[in-house]
Amino acid sequence: MKSNLRPAIVASAILLVLCGLAYPLAGTGISQLLFPHQANGSLNRYGSTLIGQSWPVGESGPQWFQGRPDGSVLTTGPGGVIVSGTEQLGPRSKQLVEAVAKRAATLKREGIVPANDLVTYSGSLVDPDINPAAAYDQVNAIARARGLPPAALRRLVTSHIEEPQFGFLGAAYVNVLDLNVALLHVRRSAGPPSSN
Amino acid sequence: MDLALTLVLLLLVLAVAWRFLGSYLAAVYDGRVSWLGWFERPVYRLLGVDPEREQSWQRYTGSLAVFSGVAILITYAIFRFQGSLPFNPQHLGAVPPALSWNTAVSFVTNTNWQNYAGESTMSYLSQMVGLTVQQFVSASVGIAVAIALVRGFARKGSPTIGNFWVDLIRGVIYVLIPVAFIAGIVFVGQGTVQTLAGPAVIHNPLTGLSQVILRGPVGFMETIKQLGTNGGGFFNANGAHPFEDPTALTLFLSIVLLLAIPVALTYTFGKMVGNIRQGVAVLAAMIVLFGAWTALTVYAESQPNPAVSAAHAVAQHQGNMEGKEARFGPQQTALYNAASTETSTGSVAGANDSFNPLGGLGLLAGMMMGEVSPGGVGSGLYTILLFALLAVFIGGLMIGRTPEYLGKKIQAPEVKLASFAVLVMPITVLVLTALAVSLHAGRAGPSNAGPHAFSEILYAFTSQGNNNGSAFAGLNGNTAFYNVTGSIAMLIGRFAIIVPVLALAGVLAAKHTVPEGLGTFKTDTPLFTGILISVIVIVGGLTFFPAVSLGPIIEQLSRHRLF
Repeated sequence: MKSNLRPAIVASAILLVLCGLAYPLAGTGISQLLFPHQANGSLNRYGSTLIGQSWPVGESGPQWFQGRPDGSVLTTGPGGVIVSGTEQLGPRSKQLVEAVAKRAATLKREGIVPANDLVTYSGSLVDPDINPAAAYDQVNAIARARGLPPAALRRLVTSHIEEPQFGFLGAAYVNVLDLNVALLHVRRSAGPPSSN
Repeated sequence: MDLALTLVLLLLVLAVAWRFLGSYLAAVYDGRVSWLGWFERPVYRLLGVDPEREQSWQRYTGSLAVFSGVAILITYAIFRFQGSLPFNPQHLGAVPPALSWNTAVSFVTNTNWQNYAGESTMSYLSQMVGLTVQQFVSASVGIAVAIALVRGFARKGSPTIGNFWVDLIRGVIYVLIPVAFIAGIVFVGQGTVQTLAGPAVIHNPLTGLSQVILRGPVGFMETIKQLGTNGGGFFNANGAHPFEDPTALTLFLSIVLLLAIPVALTYTFGKMVGNIRQGVAVLAAMIVLFGAWTALTVYAESQPNPAVSAAHAVAQHQGNMEGKEARFGPQQTALYNAASTETSTGSVAGANDSFNPLGGLGLLAGMMMGEVSPGGVGSGLYTILLFALLAVFIGGLMIGRTPEYLGKKIQAPEVKLASFAVLVMPITVLVLTALAVSLHAGRAGPSNAGPHAFSEILYAFTSQGNNNGSAFAGLNGNTAFYNVTGSIAMLIGRFAIIVPVLALAGVLAAKHTVPEGLGTFKTDTPLFTGILISVIVIVGGLTFFPAVSLGPIIEQLSRHRLF
């Protein structure tokens, strides 16, 4: 016991400095040098392309593409902290049935066809993306609310589809923030400008 | 189709890791690698340890126990004092005592069970100096124990099984840090955050709403979390959080990282005992079990979610999207969660709790079979070698001959130690689950009702007893009852297996080998792999089938019923 105490304490101290300070701080340094945009959270002036946010629905219907629920949880004032991944309902949970039915009814009232991605919670609760089908399902409602031609919006969605990485990793998706920012540039008559 | 290509690529990458990481690991622990000798030598001087002097199994165990005890105390102290320490941009206060204790035990035992939400509980310092350090150290300890056991098989008439301090340091500096660091750069390039700058507040002019975006030193913790089969993420949502796993590529690389060392160690084992085919026989058993549980889980998640169906609101062509991320989709999320559960990592790319009943069963089954498919770093190999001893023992009983494994006679002391180590986990898990469902404090934990609530409790103790750390996270584990009982499960699940394994290593190392005869049962054949699988399935199945029947099986059979 006693002969082990010195190496145990010294080894703990050395490993603490090596793995707990040198390793993450060197990692932070190299990350900030090579990938400052990503390392700081892929931020732009509207938010982060990696973190979902809520897109309020106005009186005249949805002006923006909606992401994964629950949007109202995602945006709070400064000081409000969002804890990710807190909705955990079982596959035969009555609560889940009620929540899905309620969200579907709300979407229908807003003129949006409910899609799987729009009624189910994501794993993180801050999923920034939706399945392309869930975006197409919103086109008519947004076109009506904004007075835009649905065909132009459909083209906009198509130009924003991210295919699976290398063709097979993950699923195809549309980033809701990118899509909504691009929405600003869709003119009433013409189609969208070439995709950015 | 996408899933098939993903699996092919995974197999190819793992085959390379098996061959080359496996032989590198053998070289590291045989002392044939020395490119960091300039760093190593002064470290041993500071420790007051002679790296050339090996230890008996008793001394090896003593060093490991004292070191782990010190690690728990230091980690506990960091959580308690984080409020007064630097790197705390969110000004988080001290972590409460019971939670600090549970978390310290959890990370030192390589479990990474988390009764807290990282982003709102742990300061950056606690994440780095408390959690990340233990993610390296506990992994290195696990590998060291496995290597010590392999030395026991490989050596003849030896009083020693290696030097704990040397094994500990070499694992960290030669294997874990280099791989985790390089992978960390790739992760950050994909979008994983790595900053000390604290939360960002952004006002979106389009909606008029403000958003607090929590960040932190995530990326480099993420890679050791996977490589060391730890599983404890920076954020509560773990790998589902886009700042931990921003793309499908990081999802895939995570799967590679968490499988790499447990798979490669079977090559290391074969190499060190002088017959690669022995390692292949063990690996084959791991692959068969892994394939079975993963296929069940991936299939289940490709099916619609029954509760979503019951709402009659949407078509579920993708499969079960509840608790899953759009960029991953259900199948690859299921692959990640299954791989992570099978390696005792316990990280998740989607909510396990929302998996379909059979999907949840697939996850549970991997843990209940003793975490050997392929299991955690080190722990997977030493546990499957315990089952291998039972397999040759049962084989020996059938033909009435003293069993041998790798040239060593397997006699009463070896079989007693192996049986004890194999039975510790199921007894701990079942007794604690029974206790929890009998007490009000235990029944207060689950957030769901019916058989799913039972599954949540059973899953919690199975996960902690196996040092896995994945959760049916609907269970509120941050109570005095679950913090304390959970820490007991984790400590027993770790050390009550490590001690008999090291004893076994000592007993075996001291033995001389017997020459192979005509009647020797060959252990590098498909027949042996088959017997090994049968023993694992029979032990796990017989002990856990009644419990599983009350949880996921009832839930699956209760068609049209909701709870």
